[in-house]
Amino acid sequence: MPAALKRISDTVWELPVSYKEGMLVPARIFASEKLIREMDAGVFEQVSNVATLPGIQRYAYCMPDGHWGYGFPIGGVAAMDPGTGVISPGGIGFDINCGMRLVLTNLTAEQVLPKLHQLVDRLFSRIPTGVGCHGFVKLKEDDFRSVIEQGSRWCLKQGFATKEDLEMTEEGGCFPGADASHVSDKAVERGFNQLGTLGSGNHYCEIQVVKPENVMDAELAEAFGLTIPNQVVIMFHCGSRGFGHQVATDYLKLFLSVMDRKYGIRIRDRELACAPFHSPEGQAYYSAMKCAVNMAFANRQVILHHIREVFSELFGASPDELGLRMVYDVAHNTAKLEKHKVNGKEKELLIHRKGSTRAFGPGAPGLPECYEKTGQPVIIGGSMETGSYLLAGMSSGADAFFTTAHGSGRTMSRHEAKKRFRGDKLQREMEARGIYVRTDSFGGLAEEAGPAYKDIDEVVEATELAGLSKRVARLVPIGNIKG
Amino acid sequence: MPFEYRGDIAHADIAFNAWGDTLEELFREAARATMQVMVENLAEVRPAQTVELELEQENEEMLLFDFLNELIFYKDARRLILLPSQMTISRDGEGFKVHATLKGEEIEVGRHRMNTDVKAVTMLRYSLEQVACGWRATVVLDV
Repeated sequence: MPAALKRISDTVWELPVSYKEGMLVPARIFASEKLIREMDAGVFEQVSNVATLPGIQRYAYCMPDGHWGYGFPIGGVAAMDPGTGVISPGGIGFDINCGMRLVLTNLTAEQVLPKLHQLVDRLFSRIPTGVGCHGFVKLKEDDFRSVIEQGSRWCLKQGFATKEDLEMTEEGGCFPGADASHVSDKAVERGFNQLGTLGSGNHYCEIQVVKPENVMDAELAEAFGLTIPNQVVIMFHCGSRGFGHQVATDYLKLFLSVMDRKYGIRIRDRELACAPFHSPEGQAYYSAMKCAVNMAFANRQVILHHIREVFSELFGASPDELGLRMVYDVAHNTAKLEKHKVNGKEKELLIHRKGSTRAFGPGAPGLPECYEKTGQPVIIGGSMETGSYLLAGMSSGADAFFTTAHGSGRTMSRHEAKKRFRGDKLQREMEARGIYVRTDSFGGLAEEAGPAYKDIDEVVEATELAGLSKRVARLVPIGNIKG
Repeated sequence: MPFEYRGDIAHADIAFNAWGDTLEELFREAARATMQVMVENLAEVRPAQTVELELEQENEEMLLFDFLNELIFYKDARRLILLPSQMTISRDGEGFKVHATLKGEEIEVGRHRMNTDVKAVTMLRYSLEQVACGWRATVVLDV
């Protein structure tokens, strides 16, 4: 921990502007004492670099699951004044709108366990996973341009979504203002075959159980649809695939070429390449980024469609009869214009969230009617061995622009995890503990071993103590497909 | 040592150093380091398909950045695992040019032992420099 780090409260730590030359605002990290002591040095370096970006408001933030990223730390949040500030692809990430979706069923673990292997095997064959995987939805490149401009709305027209799915997705599953003319042909060529695919790395689709003893807030759990003891739910995590990665790469290069030469902006880390938000380059990226956001919403929507098909076939009932309804879909890697209070006055801000989750409290505009009183459902995925959480946004989250953690956060490099664990052995051990996993990559499985991650219980407790998100239920895995 | 993965730069991503007596050798090693993140047994990738690649950039460092990104592009767009079989790097006016013949084949799960997808080459700690024995690159890949 840097000597300059000040404890503001039990869960808030601050690096003052004197910590590094060029910091415009202090940097604040939300964490318990245990988590802050375990945080890698990269977090302090990177969050203080973010604090030097032009137009940043109040604080550069990092969430309790924060760890070393590129540009921003993973778990980073920064609000820019849209008039004087910048937009930075390094504050959003290459996997634009990587996000989480949680889906209910009205089945119990007792009903699902006898068919668990069949269920996971069928999901594994219906949802393409792994390196370079292509999807089952065959599109022409021009059709794909409609997908990226319309997101989940395109899925609704094609029969891959219900109206309710769109209501239960952040921003209705479509960021308005996505213009495909700002996207390179290369990005389209790279991604148009990947709709409805999971990808690899930490992307997965999990079958989970809500045990009665793991419900922390019964009222909120009921409002979010967790009403049956040992109810089975489905959680999945993926993003905008190669399309989003190419959009980010294209604009990183563009910003590097104009940032200093045209706009006189000098930064500490080239991964923080940026452009003034209102510059032609800044606006073009904002629009292209929205296309990638929409691709990710559509991607998760098509995957949900395949999940519904698999459940329907296996359990011999319609998706409606099986209660396959969405709790919510949250985005991790985005930038968005939102209204927040700065010095007591409401102001429009460009909120960068990188590996962090929007967590609107009760009464926030933009939430579906059913969540007006509860606050937004927040889905935080843990490692595949330990479990995940459903939480709710809190009114006290205003300080961090209503943002919370996104996962448990890595503590061990992928390289180290692969040296310590063997994928095939891990698969057998997990099955002995009641978690059936399918994967194309044992190497990839080893990298995702539980001990490579922080303690998820500690992370979500810290978010609750910091007033960012309230625990509703802990979700325990019984089946998993991963790339 | 042609390339070496590093666990001390990035936790969620993959970092490596690559070395070469010449720029061409360095590009070749960096390509192998990048593709091996995705396919464990690169020796099993057959040279069944050929892609000709020509890229220009203002300096050697950005040329390597573009070169590695092209390999990542073909992995998604055409599901191809490609490696350079022939390559020349030359000065081109103010900048640099690479011409490479890439060879490889479509991903075949089972025969190819798949690892983790590479999303992009990042600018974190990214460098290409001349050292006493040739060239050295430091690259962090987003996975």
